[in-house]
Amino acid sequence: MVKIGQNGSSDSLIVIRNLAKTYHRGSEELHVLQGINLDVDKGDFVAFMGPSGSGKSTLLNLVGGLDVPSTGSVTVAGDEITRLSGSRLTAWRARHVGFIFQMYNLIPVLSAFRNVELPLLLSPLSRAERRRHVETALTVVGLQDRMQHKPRELSGGQQQRVAIARAIVADPTFLLCDEPTGDLDRKSADEILDLLARLVGEFGKTVLMVTHDPRAADHAHATLHLDKGVLT
Amino acid sequence: MKFLPLIAANLFRKKIRTTLTVGSFAVALFLFCLLITIRGAFNQGVEAAGADRMLVISKVSMIQPLPLAYRDRMLRVPGVKELTFASWFGGVYQDERNFFPQFAIDAENYRQIYTEFIVPDEQWKAFQEDKTGCIIGAATAKRYGFKVGDRVPIKGAIFPGEWQFNVRGIYQGRRPNDDLTQFWFHWDYLDEKVEPFLKSYVGWYTVRLTPGAQPVQVAKAIDEGFANSPFETRTQSEQAFMASFVEQMGNIELLMLSIGAVVVFTLLLVTGNTMATAVRERTGELAVLKTVGFTDPFVMGLVLLESTLIAAAGGLAGVALAKAFTLRGDPTGGMLASFYLPPSAMAAGLGVALAVGVVAGILPAVAAMRLQVVQAFRKV
Repeated sequence: MVKIGQNGSSDSLIVIRNLAKTYHRGSEELHVLQGINLDVDKGDFVAFMGPSGSGKSTLLNLVGGLDVPSTGSVTVAGDEITRLSGSRLTAWRARHVGFIFQMYNLIPVLSAFRNVELPLLLSPLSRAERRRHVETALTVVGLQDRMQHKPRELSGGQQQRVAIARAIVADPTFLLCDEPTGDLDRKSADEILDLLARLVGEFGKTVLMVTHDPRAADHAHATLHLDKGVLT
Repeated sequence: MKFLPLIAANLFRKKIRTTLTVGSFAVALFLFCLLITIRGAFNQGVEAAGADRMLVISKVSMIQPLPLAYRDRMLRVPGVKELTFASWFGGVYQDERNFFPQFAIDAENYRQIYTEFIVPDEQWKAFQEDKTGCIIGAATAKRYGFKVGDRVPIKGAIFPGEWQFNVRGIYQGRRPNDDLTQFWFHWDYLDEKVEPFLKSYVGWYTVRLTPGAQPVQVAKAIDEGFANSPFETRTQSEQAFMASFVEQMGNIELLMLSIGAVVVFTLLLVTGNTMATAVRERTGELAVLKTVGFTDPFVMGLVLLESTLIAAAGGLAGVALAKAFTLRGDPTGGMLASFYLPPSAMAAGLGVALAVGVVAGILPAVAAMRLQVVQAFRKV
């Protein structure tokens, strides 16, 4: 269950406290996020909506350990990631977060199989084990017959499904989706959203999704609105 | 090994660019190895010079002869174990394009002093017994197809006329850089046919020292023995003589070094630019790698490895091409007697290629390492 505005200890999977991010542009200060408090339980599917520049992607980057906050903390499964730095944060990210981007961000010269295998290259898994995991992930997203295809040989929806397979292949603690349907037609978008809902429903994944699309947000358990860096 | 598909995919994503960069390395390394070979050919005499041999030439000029009578006087100098002598003939085979060095030698002692040249005993014996016999280096014999038993006419330039010789032997070298282009014949034959005023003169003496003898003192003793005579001598180690001979052609070393430095520097710019472009083009992909858990040092290593692999491939190709080229022998027709690319130079060439690969890759690799994921995604 998602809770906003809590300010104390919590047993939730993701606990965000007094999170703020300020960018400096010359002498100007941009308060992109201000005092965010949020609790997300395991198995939640949360959508974040809001106008451009409201801080949605920044919030996702902070929760995913891609950026560091100006103040406040993010705790995931008991680890306060805002205290981690450098290679420890990278290792944490590899273990706990699956990222899904609007533009898929696949490596164009690698096949679907190799793209999905990327996160596993950092693990101690054997080649056969990696193969098994990759095949499973691609089967979950319905692309078991497209493993050797390069991204340019796949449609937008299929590319996004490869990106989802890459995000789930290492069985991360939660998924962060930044406008995952923003570049897709309605039909493909619905397929992707159904897939995300299935990951939550069937596989118990926790998903945090940024979207501009109210229909996409309808698939989430809860929709939170950000405006000028404040959760409403 | 598990990262190989990733590395290979990156290397071959722009096949033409990678091929051209590898080609740049290959051409540069080919040139580099060729420069080393040419330098080695110029310095061959210096490198191959016998450590216990000294050359005695006229103090006035190398082309001034010395009397044959000096032989016995020199043999009495303390520290001189044995000696031989020779004269420059300077002829051509058929026409001026077919030049190779011809020496009129002392058939009695020459072989035992120049031990780096191998002549089979029976061939040497046949040569000694035939006053018009000659011994030819294997490279020259191969170049003109000379065989034992052939008759070879040489047109004299210093000593006019057409001189006929019987090929009695082919010599080989003990070391890869030994000069195999020489043509030896009897000094007695030359002496017999020259004008009376040129009789009993030799071009130079080669002295072998007794073990433990001090070369400087021996040289001094020889030169002092002939001081104030009509034919004063200058004695120096064979190595020093060869080095001064090379110096007469200018500062070859500096020339080669300058060309080599320009080649390496150009290569550095070409590869550095290629790698920088490759990193710029892959900003988003590098950010993805970091997002899924690849560390900054790993991404840096990946870029460096790519740069080094390109350098290694180009370096190997260039060195292999150079080796194949030098195996065909002296391309100048006699100017570079020992046109040989030694394994050490090949290794040095590869070392230079790898070093350039690493240095050229450092800046792009550091840029890749410092890449901030969030900023990178904003740019894409």
